[in-house]
Amino acid sequence: MKLLQQTFIVKLLQNDDYGRYILGFVMIIGTVIPLLNIFAPEGSVFEVTTFTMTLLGKILCFAILALALDLVWGYCGILSLGHGAFFALGGYAMGMYLMRQIGDRGVYGNPELPDFMVFLNWDALPWYWYGFDSFGFALLMVFLAPGILAFVFGWMAFRSRVTGVYFSIITQALTFALMQAFFMNKFGFGGNNGLTDFKDILGFNIQSDATRSVLVFLASSVLCLTYFGCKYIVNSKFGKVLVSIRDAESRTRFLGYRVEHYKLLVFTFSAVIAGVAGALYVPMVGAANPSEFSPINSIGIVIWVALGGRGTLYGAIIGALVIGYAKSYFTTTFPDLWLYILGGLFVLTTMYLPEGIAGKIEQFRRSRGSKTDDDPSEPVMEVAK
Amino acid sequence: MNAEAAENFQSVLYLNGVTKSFDGFKAINNLSLDIAPGELRAIIGPNGAGKSTMMDIITGKTKPDKGEVRFKDNIDLTRHDEADIANMGIGRKFQKPTVIESLTVWDNLDLALVGNRGIWQTLVFKLSANQSQRIEEIITLIGLQEKKDALAKNLSHGQKQWLEIGMLIIQEPEVLLVDEPAGGMTDYETMETAKLLKDIAKNHSVIVVEHDMDFVRALECKVTVLHEGSVLAEGSLQKVSDDPRVIEVYLGR
Repeated sequence: MKLLQQTFIVKLLQNDDYGRYILGFVMIIGTVIPLLNIFAPEGSVFEVTTFTMTLLGKILCFAILALALDLVWGYCGILSLGHGAFFALGGYAMGMYLMRQIGDRGVYGNPELPDFMVFLNWDALPWYWYGFDSFGFALLMVFLAPGILAFVFGWMAFRSRVTGVYFSIITQALTFALMQAFFMNKFGFGGNNGLTDFKDILGFNIQSDATRSVLVFLASSVLCLTYFGCKYIVNSKFGKVLVSIRDAESRTRFLGYRVEHYKLLVFTFSAVIAGVAGALYVPMVGAANPSEFSPINSIGIVIWVALGGRGTLYGAIIGALVIGYAKSYFTTTFPDLWLYILGGLFVLTTMYLPEGIAGKIEQFRRSRGSKTDDDPSEPVMEVAK
Repeated sequence: MNAEAAENFQSVLYLNGVTKSFDGFKAINNLSLDIAPGELRAIIGPNGAGKSTMMDIITGKTKPDKGEVRFKDNIDLTRHDEADIANMGIGRKFQKPTVIESLTVWDNLDLALVGNRGIWQTLVFKLSANQSQRIEEIITLIGLQEKKDALAKNLSHGQKQWLEIGMLIIQEPEVLLVDEPAGGMTDYETMETAKLLKDIAKNHSVIVVEHDMDFVRALECKVTVLHEGSVLAEGSLQKVSDDPRVIEVYLGR
C-alpha cells in the first residue's frame, strides 16, 4: 500500500519539478519548525518562537486557500471574489466545537451556554448549535457548511449561465451579506466578537506549544494532500475539460460536455477545501472572527494567486507564502503602509508579471532552452473572463 | 452515419416553418430545410441572411419562436440543450476557428473523442489503445503529425481550422455543421479543405455555410441560398446562380 501510494504520487508529480520543490519546502516547515520550537534551547540560533511557528502555520492555511482558488480560477476561469466566505464558514464550524469545549470554564461559568449567549440573556442553546459538542459532527460541518452553500449558490448561478464579471460580483455580494449577518448578535454566532476564548481541542490545551506544533504539522500535511488532489484533477481528462471551459465555454458545450456540472463540482470541491483551511486556521489563531467574511479578504486571495501565477497550482502556494510573510513583516514594521503596498503589488503584478512568479520561472526555464516552446505544461494566462 | 442506420429515417435534419426574431427583427423567417442522410449541402447567402442563427437553432443554443426542428424524423431538437444535441450526433464547427488554445493538438482531439461526457467518468478516464490509435489516425488525416504536441494557440489559422474539423470527425457525429471552413485560408488550403469535406460526406451528412464561391463549386453539391431569414433558391450551383432573384440579392446592391 505504501509503495502504491508512493508510485501514485511520484507519477502525479512527474513533470512538476517546481511542485516537488515547493511541497518539499512545505514539509520542512511542517516538521522542522515544530521540532525546533519544542526542542531548540531558548536563546540558541535555532530557536523558533511560538509566534513565528503560528505565523508559518497561518500562512500554510492561506496556501491551502490559494490552491482552492487557483483550481476554480486558474483552471476553470471562475473568478470567485467570495472564497473568504467558505474559509470563514469552515472556521466557524471548528470554532463552534471549540466553544462547546469551554464548558463551564467561561467567564459566566454557565455549563450550557457560551458566554456571549449568557450576555445576551438567552436561556437555551439555539438548534443550530446542537451537535457541535462532538468533534466528528463539527468536522462534518467543516465540509458540509461551505460545500452545501457552494453547491446551492453554484447550482443557481451556473444553471442560469451567470459567468465572468457578473459571477464575480455576486460572489462578492455573498460574502458581504454573510459578513453583515455574522456581525449581528442575534444571528447567534457571537456577533462582532466572533467566537473566542477557546480552552482546548480534543482534550489538549489549545495554547500549548505541543498542540500548536501538531496543528502546524497538520496544516502542512493537508496542504500536500490538497496539492495531490488538485494535481490529480488537473491532470485528468476532467482537468482538460476545465481548461476547455476556461478557454472556450460554448465550444465545450458543443463538444457535448455539460459545462454547468463541471463548474458546479469544481466550485463545490474548491469551497470544501477553503473550509478545511479555515478549520485549521481558527484553532491556531484562537478565534473565529466575522471580519474573515469581509470582501477585502476574498480579494486578497485573488492577489496571492495572481502574484504567484495562476493555473499552475504551485504558483498559488508561492503567492500565499510570499504575501503572507510580507504582510506579517510590513504590518509590524510599517503598519500604515501595508494596504498601499498590497495595492501596489497587485498593480505591478498585472502590469509586469501577468503570469505571476510562476510565469517568470517558466519563462526563465524556457529561455535556458531546457524546454521547447510547445511545452504543454506552460501556464496560459488570459484576462479573467 | 452508416448505410444501415441511414435507411431508418428519411431526413436527418428537418426544419419546417422556423421563425426567430430578436427585438422584432426576424433573423429567421419561416425557414424550411430538409437534409437527407449522407447528403452534402452548401448554404450560401449574404451577411445577415440568418445562417448563424439557423446553426444556433439546430445546435440548441437558441430556441425558435415557432416551427419544427427535427433530427432523424422524430427527435424534437427544440426540447434539448447544446450538450444533449452534441451527444445525439450533431457536431458544429464555428466560423472563427474555436479550438482549446492552451491544450495540445492531441488533448484537443482527446476531449472531442466520442465517449462518455459525465463528470465522474472524465475524472477516472484512461485512453485505451484503440482510442489512442483513433486519435493518431485523425491527426494524420488533418496533416498535423508534426504538431501533435504543440499547443493549439501556436498553430496557423488554417491548421486550427483543420484541427477543429478533426475534432468534429472524432466526435463521430451523424451531422456536421460547418461554418465558413475556408475563411482566412490560402487557395491551396481551401481546395484541400473542400476535398476533406467531400471525403467526410461519404459517411456523414454535412452542411457547409460558405461565402467563397470557388469553394462551393469545388464541393459539387446541392446549394441552398438564404436571404432575409428564408430560403430564396435551392438546387445545383449552376441553377441557383442563374436565378434572377439570387443575382439581384448578390449583385443588385
